[in-house]
Formats: sequence, C-alpha cells, structure tokens
Amino acid sequence: MNNKSRLSLLVVQILIVSLMAALLGRLFYLQVAAGPKYRDAALSIQSRDVVAPATRGLIVDAYGVPLAMNKAGLAITIDRIAIDKLEDKGVGVMKRLATLLNLKYADIYQNTRLCGELPKGQKAGCWQGSRYQPIPITKSADPDIALQIVERSDAFPGVDAQPVAIRSYPSYLNVNAAHVLGYVGPLTETDLLKSNGKQYFRSETIGKTGLEIQYDSFLRGEPGIRTVIVDRKESITRESQNTKPVAGDHLVTSLDVRLQAAVEKALKDAVLRGRANGNTSDSGAAIVMDVRTGRILALASYPTYDPNAWEKGLTVQQASDLFSEKKSVPALNRALQGLFAPASTFKAVSVVAAADAGYDLNANYKCPSQVQVGTRAFQNFDSKNQGSMNMKKAIAVSCDTIWYQIAFDEWLRDGGLRPKSDPNDYFFKAAQSFHITEKVGIDLPSESSSRLADRAYKKRWYEQNKDFYCNYKKRATKAQQTPFLLQLAAENCIDGDKIRAGDAVNFSIGQGDTVVTPLKLIQMYAAIANGGTIWQATLAKAIVKTDGTVVKTFTPQKLGALTAEPSTIKFLQGALREVVVSGTAAGAFSGFPIAVSGKTGTAQVFGRNPNGSLKDDTSWFASFAPSNNPRYAVVMMVGQGGFGASTSGVGVRQIYETLFGVTGNKVIPGAAIFPDGKPPTQLPKISPATKPKETGK
Amino acid sequence: MSQIHARQRLYRRSRQSLVHGFDPVLTAVVGLLLFIGTLLVWAATRDWYARNGLDGQYYLKRHIINIMIGLVLAYGTTVIDYRLLRAYTPFLWGAGVLGLGIVLIPGLGSEVNGAKAWIALPGGFQIQPAELAKIAIIIGMSMILSERSHDSDGPTSGEVLQSLAVAAIPVLLIILQPDMGTILIISAAVVTIIAVSGAPSRWVTALLLIAVLGGFVAVKAGVISEYQVNRLQTFVDPNADTQGAGYQLRQARITVGSGGLIGTGLFDGPQTNGRFVPEQQTDFIFTVAGEELGFLGSGAILILYLILLMRGFSIARRTNDPFGRLVCTGVIAWFAFQIFENIGMTLGLMPMTGVPLPFISYGGSSMFATLIGIGLLQNVHARLRG
Repeated sequence: MNNKSRLSLLVVQILIVSLMAALLGRLFYLQVAAGPKYRDAALSIQSRDVVAPATRGLIVDAYGVPLAMNKAGLAITIDRIAIDKLEDKGVGVMKRLATLLNLKYADIYQNTRLCGELPKGQKAGCWQGSRYQPIPITKSADPDIALQIVERSDAFPGVDAQPVAIRSYPSYLNVNAAHVLGYVGPLTETDLLKSNGKQYFRSETIGKTGLEIQYDSFLRGEPGIRTVIVDRKESITRESQNTKPVAGDHLVTSLDVRLQAAVEKALKDAVLRGRANGNTSDSGAAIVMDVRTGRILALASYPTYDPNAWEKGLTVQQASDLFSEKKSVPALNRALQGLFAPASTFKAVSVVAAADAGYDLNANYKCPSQVQVGTRAFQNFDSKNQGSMNMKKAIAVSCDTIWYQIAFDEWLRDGGLRPKSDPNDYFFKAAQSFHITEKVGIDLPSESSSRLADRAYKKRWYEQNKDFYCNYKKRATKAQQTPFLLQLAAENCIDGDKIRAGDAVNFSIGQGDTVVTPLKLIQMYAAIANGGTIWQATLAKAIVKTDGTVVKTFTPQKLGALTAEPSTIKFLQGALREVVVSGTAAGAFSGFPIAVSGKTGTAQVFGRNPNGSLKDDTSWFASFAPSNNPRYAVVMMVGQGGFGASTSGVGVRQIYETLFGVTGNKVIPGAAIFPDGKPPTQLPKISPATKPKETGK
Repeated sequence: MSQIHARQRLYRRSRQSLVHGFDPVLTAVVGLLLFIGTLLVWAATRDWYARNGLDGQYYLKRHIINIMIGLVLAYGTTVIDYRLLRAYTPFLWGAGVLGLGIVLIPGLGSEVNGAKAWIALPGGFQIQPAELAKIAIIIGMSMILSERSHDSDGPTSGEVLQSLAVAAIPVLLIILQPDMGTILIISAAVVTIIAVSGAPSRWVTALLLIAVLGGFVAVKAGVISEYQVNRLQTFVDPNADTQGAGYQLRQARITVGSGGLIGTGLFDGPQTNGRFVPEQQTDFIFTVAGEELGFLGSGAILILYLILLMRGFSIARRTNDPFGRLVCTGVIAWFAFQIFENIGMTLGLMPMTGVPLPFISYGGSSMFATLIGIGLLQNVHARLRG
C-alpha cells in the first residue's frame, strides 16, 4: 500500500469516526439533554383526556328554593373540523339541520363560527369555544329528532346528539333574576390561558356573568378525567388515569324567590306606568336590602333577558339584542352599573352638610320660587313659592330653593371662584361621609363606582377637556356652535377647573355631574335607617357541599359608619317619614298600614334619545321601613320614568305590599314574606325539588 | 480410498481454516446487531398487528427468513475466493443494471413513496436491484482500479474514468427512480474507493466538487422530483408541514427523545406501539431502539456499528492485496454512509430518504446485500495471509 492510499484510508477513517461521533452526540442531546421535553411531547401525542363535567352546584334562595339548577338535556352538536372538510363547508348539512330543528340556517351558521373568525361588530352569537370541541346548536333537542339525526349520519356528517347536563333557571313564580344569576357558557381561549391554579378543560362550561361567574370556583366542582393512551388511529390502547367528577358546591343566597318575583313585577309595572304617563321609561332597577346586615333580598334590572336562552341555543337576534342601544342594552345591570343623578334623594346628604355647617335643623327657612345665583336665577321645582318652612317640611315637600341658598352661601364662604386653601366643603364632605365614591362591594362582577363631582373631580375633568373648550370653534361640530354652547365653552375654558356657584347649587339637590348607582343609594339609605352603619352589600350567605356540610359562610361586613351626629340622623329619619306622611310620597302611600320612610327624586337628564326626543327625567324612590324600627330598605329607579312618586314611589309601595303581606291597605296575617319580621338566619336544606313556600295570600 | 480420505481431510482442513479465518469480533458484532434488529422489528410490529387482527409475528417470521437467506449468501461470499469474484463481477454488474432498467418499466416496477425502486415478486416479496448494484459497483471499480498494467504507484486517469463509468450507468438509472439516499451512499463509496486507490488527488477533489454542484443543479433543474424537494425542504424546516414528511421527521425525533436515558423497555414504547412513526420497522427502525432501549441501548447500537467499521478498516489496512483493500474500503464506506444517512435522518441531522438501517431494518434486499458485504469483509480477512 502506498503512502497516498494509507493517508486516504486514515482520512476516511477519521471522517467516519466523526460521523458516528456526531450521531452519538445528537442522540445524547435528544434523549438525555432534551429528553424531558420530548417525553412531554410524546405524552400529548399519545394521551387523550376524556372529561366528564362535574354537576354544577345549585344557586338557591334563603329558603333553599333553586334559582339555578341542572337538568338533563339532549345536545345536537356540530363538529367544525368535520364539516369544514365537506365540499360545501357544511352548508347543506346545516340547512337540513335547520329544517329538522325548526331553526334559522343563518343562526346555525353564526353559532358555529368561532368568535375569532368574525370581524368586529359581527360577533353576536359566535362560538366562544375552540374549533376542537363539538359546538352545540341546541341543548334541548327533541329525542325523536335527535334519533333521526343519529340514524341518518350519512345525511348529517359531523353532527352528533348526546345527553348533556344543562344549566336551568327554573323561573318559579315567573322569577327571572338574570342580572343576579348570570348564565354559563363555553370556556374561551382566555379562560383557558388564565393561570388561577385551576385546570380548565375545553368541554367544560364556566360562569359568564352574575353569581355564576362570581362563585364559579365553588359551583363548578372538579371534572372527572379519564386519560387514555391512543394509537395513530385514535383507538384506545389503555387507560392511564381515571378520576371521578366531584359535584360543585351549592350557593345559598339571601334572595327570596317570592320577593324577587314581586320586585321584578313592580319594576316592570313602574316602567309601564311611566310610559303610560308619556315618558320614555327605557330602563330601571329595584333593590331590597336588609338594613341591619347589608344582605340583598331582591335585585332586579330592567330590561332583562332570558338566562335559559344560552342553553336553548342563542339566536343571532337574541345575542345582538343583548347589547343593542335600541333595546336599551338588556345585558347591563342597572342596579350596579347604571349611573344616574340622584336628584332630591340626595337631599339626605344636604341635611348632613347643613347640620355640619351649623344650620339649625329645626329653624325656619324661606322656600322662594327662585334664588339668584350670580347672573342666573335657579328655579324651585315647578317655580313654586312655598313661603317659610322648617327643614323637615322642606324635605317633605322637596323644596329646592332652600338648598340653593345654603349651598350658594357656603360656596361664597369657601371663597367662591377663588377658593380658600382650606375650604369647608361641607356638602362634599357630607357625601364622602356616605362613602359615596367607594363601591358597595356587592358580590357581582363589574360594579360601577359612583361619582362625586367635587373639586378634585373638576380638576381632572378640566385637564381632560380644556383643549376642547378652549378651541371650541375648531373642535366642535356645526350643530354644537349655538350662542349658548359657545358661551358655555368660553366659561369652561376660563374656569372649568373650579367649582362654580351653579355647580355648588346643583350639587345640593343631586343634579350635575354627581351620579350614583341604585345600589349605592340603597346603601346610603340603609345607613340612615340603621343609625349610621354602612354595610357591604352581599348576596351570598354560604357555600354548602352536596352532603350538607357548610364550606364557607359569608358574614356581613361593615364598610364604615356615618360621621353625622345621632341627632342629625334622627332628624333625617323623621324628615323622611314626613315625606311619606305629608310630603311628595303621601299620595303614593296613602292608606298604607306600615310606616314607611322615603324620599322621592326626579332628576333632569340632558341629551337626546336615539330617536331625537329629549330625555325624560329619572324617577327615584329611596326608602326604608318599618319607620320606627327599620329592617328593609327599598330603592327603585326608572330611567326616563318621569316623577319620582308616581312612577317609582308607587312601585316601591307595591314591593312593600308583598314584603309585609299587605292587601287592600290591610296586613294579612301570615302573608308577609318573612313571618318573623326579618330574613331567615338559618341555612336551608338544599334540594332541587324545593318549591317556593305559599305566603298565605 | 486413502486418496478420497486425503481429499476429504484437505477439504475439512480448508473449511476449518476458513472458519478460523473469520474475524471473530466482526462475526460477534454482526450477530449481535442481527439479534437486536430481530427484536426491534418484532417490537415495531407485534402490538399493532395483533391489535388489528393480524398475525403479530408476521414480520418477525419473515425477518428471520431474510436473515437466514442473508447468512447463506454471506457464507457463500466468504468461501468463494474473492479473486474468483472478479470473473463473476461483469455478470453481477450486468444483472444489477438490468434490474435497475426493469424497475423503470411501468407494470414491472412498483412505486413506493414516490420512488420506482422495487420489482414485485410473487408471494408479496419485493426485490430492490439498487442493493445489488451497490455490490456490483464496489467490486467492479475495485477491479479496475487495482489492476496494475504498468509501473505506476496508483491508477491512471484512464482507469479512474473507466471505473467511474462502471458506477455512472447504475447511478443514472437510480436517478431516474429516483432514490436520493442510494445515490448519496453510492457516491460516498465511489469517492472513497477512488481516494484510497491512490488515484491522483485532483480526481478526488474534482469528484467532491461535482458531488456538491450536482446536488445543487439537481435541485434547481428539477431532476430531483417534487417529492424529493419536499423531503429536503422539510429537513430544513421540519415545522413547515404538519402531516407529510415534516410530520414523520418530528414524530421520529419525539419518539427517540421520549426514550430518555434508559428507555421504556422493550415492547413497552407507547409511541412505537401506537405506530405514530410510519415505516418504523424499515427506514425508521432506529426510533424503536431510541424509545424502548433509551440512550444506553441505542448508543450501544452505535458503538457496535463503530466497532464493525473499525474492524473493516483494520482488515483493509492489513491486507496486501490492493483489490481486497478497495473492496473493503468500498463496503465500509457504503455501510458507514448508509448508517449515517439512516440514523441521521431519524435524529433530524440528515434529509429524509428511504434507506434502511444495515442489519436491523426489516427488508430482504437490504439484508441480503449488507450480509454479502460482510461476507466480502470476512473473505478478505480469511485470506490475509493467503
């Protein structure tokens, strides 16, 4: 062998050893260094989790009557991956299905589109889950029709029927409570990504709003998971894990089905009454609270929706109506998300302010037809001159001018447009003593904060808007260039960051930029009724396991106390009683056998409706009863409802009638919702079979 | 009588010397690889076939038959004086070329995975003439390059050209199939043989350049079919295709990687038993080793291959016969590049081509050819002193 050959052989040998070494190195990397990563990848290829959803816990009222329960349903599902593979993308299948199920093809089409596939604004009714889970078209199919579909699988590729547990809101006594209960729906991708320590599975349902989402972690339970190992053909080779589902816990609320039903009816009647009187009456809310605990006994919002619609199969129309302005956005819970000027109901705050400022609550004050504030004359309600009266009477007849004068004087005392460095701000401080800007802390999602239009608020507002007002001619539309608005803009540009006399005057009667939720107002009135305690509003009383063990109880929380003198609170209670005896609510409550205290409110609203009409007044009635020993607070608000007394006052009377068992101005023995005169403190026995108790009516 | 006796004795002695002439290490390593291969083929097929109502030992039985035939062929190759092979080589080469021609005729050749590489035989057997061609090329080239009709130190350029012609004709026919893997392996063997033959260095350099350019032009000019380009592209970006070639490569990597250090145990690999890797008893058999035997087991297979190749080098270095040396070199290069191509593909180092793993993959033609290759190495070894 010559040297050249020998050298070549050596080179080849080195090359080949290097190649083998490369293989060994790569093998080491794959199996040892990156082994765990590939083991996980292999596991996700081989294993399939079959999820058996847990039975969702019930939501019951204080007596154990189910507000949300489960029933067996028959789901017709469409497999998007399967129908997408069809030549016509499943159009034929969906059309046949629409005929068979008596649904609209367009609805089925929309329901099977993933929300992510659709452009913004056209997402109503879309599927929030993923492509990989069968999409239910309905969950309450007729068994005969389901059978037809299963038998004719050639005509319905990708369509399946299977029994499912569905959430059912039983609507005893026509109770709706949609805004309190919420509804359930499929998990979204964001839900799946949430790292709250709980593992979610695609086939599960989750609470979407209301109590269903608030207490979802208790209600949902633990789904059962059967992990199977599959081969390439997806046939099961063995089972690697099998856990049984654990049923969700029940939620006991402080609601009462009978009272809730009555509150809903009273609210709806009030809305209709407002409309009968020529008002738009597009929305409303009504709440009943236990003033000694802050527990919510009933809560209604108008307009509402059917919480069962989701499980029945939401039509596109239903889905878009939920957020439609024309339909007054039924999805909105007015009781905690609606912000309205409180109008005269806010005079309770003004009384506290006046007392703090040293005004004698028992002295007489003038109630003229108008008060000159700077260059503007502020009119009394209906421009009536009522002469001289004490403050109690002023509250009862809802005199405005007395408050204009006090507020204007105090404003001047605080320096007017050149405020002192340490102004007294009695009115703002009185409002703050009611914790007005803090949330009521109700256990429902998305509560709005009420807004106090104080000095800090004005400054913030000015920072955000001064560019607009100081360049009004450039920024505003042609229609906005009226002489009045131009002048307003000029004023706002100069001293928009200051509390002006008009602002101070408006504040004293609950007008202007200060807005509250009905829930905030009931919390304030409950505090007046109970002598000064500000309670957190709560719905939940306890979480109870299916075997009856109590997992968790919710004790009422005090958020604070009024700083007003007990004598001021006592005065307020008396003045509010006077409203119902001889004042603005006397008519609404004439002959009512239980002593009720309250205050009407009729708030002016600026702006126009979508149809161009001017907005009607907000109608309020805030109250508590029995006056001598208050137990319940009731607040009703009807947006664009007109007068406080005739629309809401009458509505609140209707609620008290049910609460106290009053028929025809008489208390019927045993007819009251709570026979002991107070809501039950014992937790009820929970059974899906529990029905509402007769009230003896 | 005594004459017969003496002849018998002579015969026995020659046979004994032949057996003594076997390289024991090479024999043991091949035996071990065949044994491991048998277990892996069984592991790759038993569960799936049994679960789908077929004979779980179908592949095992046929694999053992293939090994038996292969061993007979290897033995035959060993006992024939390899110098006699020279005489048969033209026929072997001719048969290889003929077979490669036949596979291209529609109706006679059968197409598997986009390559017309097979001749279907009755009884479900198939034969791959390219495997035969590898041996013919190695022997043919070694023959031409080792004959010294002159006093020069190495072959002349003319002889190099002649030897290249021997390789070129079968290679062209394989390009028509097309079977990129086999071309790659043959090219590697050709360059190695020419390098070791002592041919002028410019030839080696030129051939290496041609190989690189050829590959480039082939892709550009579309000589390589779309199927091949797909396979090459998925090699560059394995995530580009989720179901096709990229899927196979990813599955293969996951299966090997999931084996970890010690593996799941023979017959207990869920990836293997679920048959997530296609062709796992043939081209992707190394995934079974990876998953079930882990790094220790599959690394041991690599070490066995390394020992085998090193024994080959040792034989090539020790022989005085230039022809034997070139045959050994060719066989080693063939084995080495086929092993590297196959395992490299499984591990994601090489593009996907359909070459079986020597001694381990299921498949008759490859088994026969590689065992004949071992026969050649043993043959040269047995005559080291002859």
